[in-house]
Amino acid sequence: MTRVLGIVATFVLLTPVTLTAQAPARVTPAVPSKTNTTWRVSRTPDGQPDLQGFWTNTTYTPLERPKNVNKPFFTEAEALELAKKAADNEEAQTEPGTIADVHYDFTQFGLDRSQGAQALNLRTSMIVDPPDGRIPPMTAEGQKRTTERAEAAKRRGAATDAVQNQSLSVRCILMDRDGPPMLPGAYNNNYQIVQTPGYVMILVEMLHQPRIIPLDGRSQLPQNVRQLMGSSRGHWEGDTLVVETTNFTDKTAFQGSSANMRLIERFTRVAEDTIQYQFTVDDPSTWTKPWTAELPMEKTIPPIFEHACHEGNYGLYNTLAGAREEEKKTSK
Amino acid sequence: MRVVACLLLAATIASAQTPAYKAPRTADGQPNLNGIWQALNEAYWDIEGHGAAPGPVLALGASAAVAPGLGIVEGGPIPYRPEAAVKKKENFDKRLTLDPEIKCYLPGVPRANYMPYPFQIIQTPKYIMMVYTFARAVRTIYMDDHKEAPADSWMGWSNGHWEAETLVVDTTGFNDQTWFDRAGNFHSDELHVVERFTAADKDHLLYEATIEDPKVFTRPWKMSMPLYRRVEKNAEVLEFNCVEFVEDLIYGHLRKGASK
Repeated sequence: MTRVLGIVATFVLLTPVTLTAQAPARVTPAVPSKTNTTWRVSRTPDGQPDLQGFWTNTTYTPLERPKNVNKPFFTEAEALELAKKAADNEEAQTEPGTIADVHYDFTQFGLDRSQGAQALNLRTSMIVDPPDGRIPPMTAEGQKRTTERAEAAKRRGAATDAVQNQSLSVRCILMDRDGPPMLPGAYNNNYQIVQTPGYVMILVEMLHQPRIIPLDGRSQLPQNVRQLMGSSRGHWEGDTLVVETTNFTDKTAFQGSSANMRLIERFTRVAEDTIQYQFTVDDPSTWTKPWTAELPMEKTIPPIFEHACHEGNYGLYNTLAGAREEEKKTSK
Repeated sequence: MRVVACLLLAATIASAQTPAYKAPRTADGQPNLNGIWQALNEAYWDIEGHGAAPGPVLALGASAAVAPGLGIVEGGPIPYRPEAAVKKKENFDKRLTLDPEIKCYLPGVPRANYMPYPFQIIQTPKYIMMVYTFARAVRTIYMDDHKEAPADSWMGWSNGHWEAETLVVDTTGFNDQTWFDRAGNFHSDELHVVERFTAADKDHLLYEATIEDPKVFTRPWKMSMPLYRRVEKNAEVLEFNCVEFVEDLIYGHLRKGASK
């Protein structure tokens, strides 16, 4: 119970308050409030803007704006109050048995957000476009696919019937938030970025997944070479690293997306300690229009340790073995 | 005449000891080892010399038979302690159930370097990343912030430094779960690996690894091999996330209604 409330550390206001709800639906450029205007991103020896280092995107900001909030930004006092409440809530859940799936003390194992570095900001949602902060409506095709996926899952049976019925996360194949797009959860929200001529590489802490992004202008992988994390290609637009990813499979289904999702990520170092991370989801077979989210990545400290998730996945084994034991008991 | 002969001899010795090749430099003046590399040998079956043999899976026939190879171990057989030699033989006999590769576990070091897939070196002054195809294993080589391994892991904890043309990587902090090959060659959690990566010409590295593990071997021993650059313009380390492929093998008997 030694929670360190690091919340007061930094609030990053990525967009000036004057460009708020009334701003056109395009995404506004990053103007960090805490930096002076003379700050410039340094360059690597081969001239790339330098994004290297260890970064975290831990936040309490939800992807979608809560229904009872109708503005794009909180005041600093409101944001602090909400973060404190969320942290208190995380701590309250550490009482074993207070919520269904907690068997141990979250804070003791650092599984809460309030102990580590955070990248809080004043936004009420990560989604900045559409301006209501919510994922746009699904197309008829998207709805149909979502229904079909749910029906197929039902036909496969209970999650404990077979390993393949469990989520990719539980199976240590890919966490939803490993991405791309790379989103934070409660813990392991760290990233290491390294740059060498021709490549940017991002090590995603959660499942220790590497993303190697070529910058040499090569074309995407052939359509028949599909990957869970897609095929990523990058280029620089001014000081912004723009990464386009295609060639997904239909297994990750980000928020219900199709395998033909085209994802555009934009990384802009807006201060010594901050990268503005923005992504646009373009999948016309799923949503009526593209949508864009934005969240800061704040500098944090090395190292990132190996995460051998699959190798130590006793929980999955025991879940399935337990279900078979239960069946034996009830059949007697 | 004599002088010339001596000079010739001196030149021969020098070329045997140090590679004449000087690699292009990175911006910080170090040999540039960036690239996608791959071993081209049969050591992934057995790091010692071996003849062709049937593979462990009947149904795969010749397509997964043991390909013959001359081995990569220098200076004679691997110096196992007597009890360890017994365990090596047991590992071989039970390789179909014990080999961690079969379960898509992280391959460990040095095994990751001579699996039959490419890996990429991404070199920066402070961190050198090695990204392997198999199981998407990643190593971070710490070049200036050397620390003791904070805990044991599959790929170990790597501290690196430069010795002229050579990247020297000192790795400890291993668990005892990884093997050296499909033949059951193994180590304990006292494994200590010192690897040397030296550019031999623009498309080849000389890879050497000294293996030390007093629990398993009577003395340190060495392996070496060339690594070849994948020169295709579109070469890329693709996603080989093999977890999904082994789930029925590991958990299949726990499927509802599965017969035991």
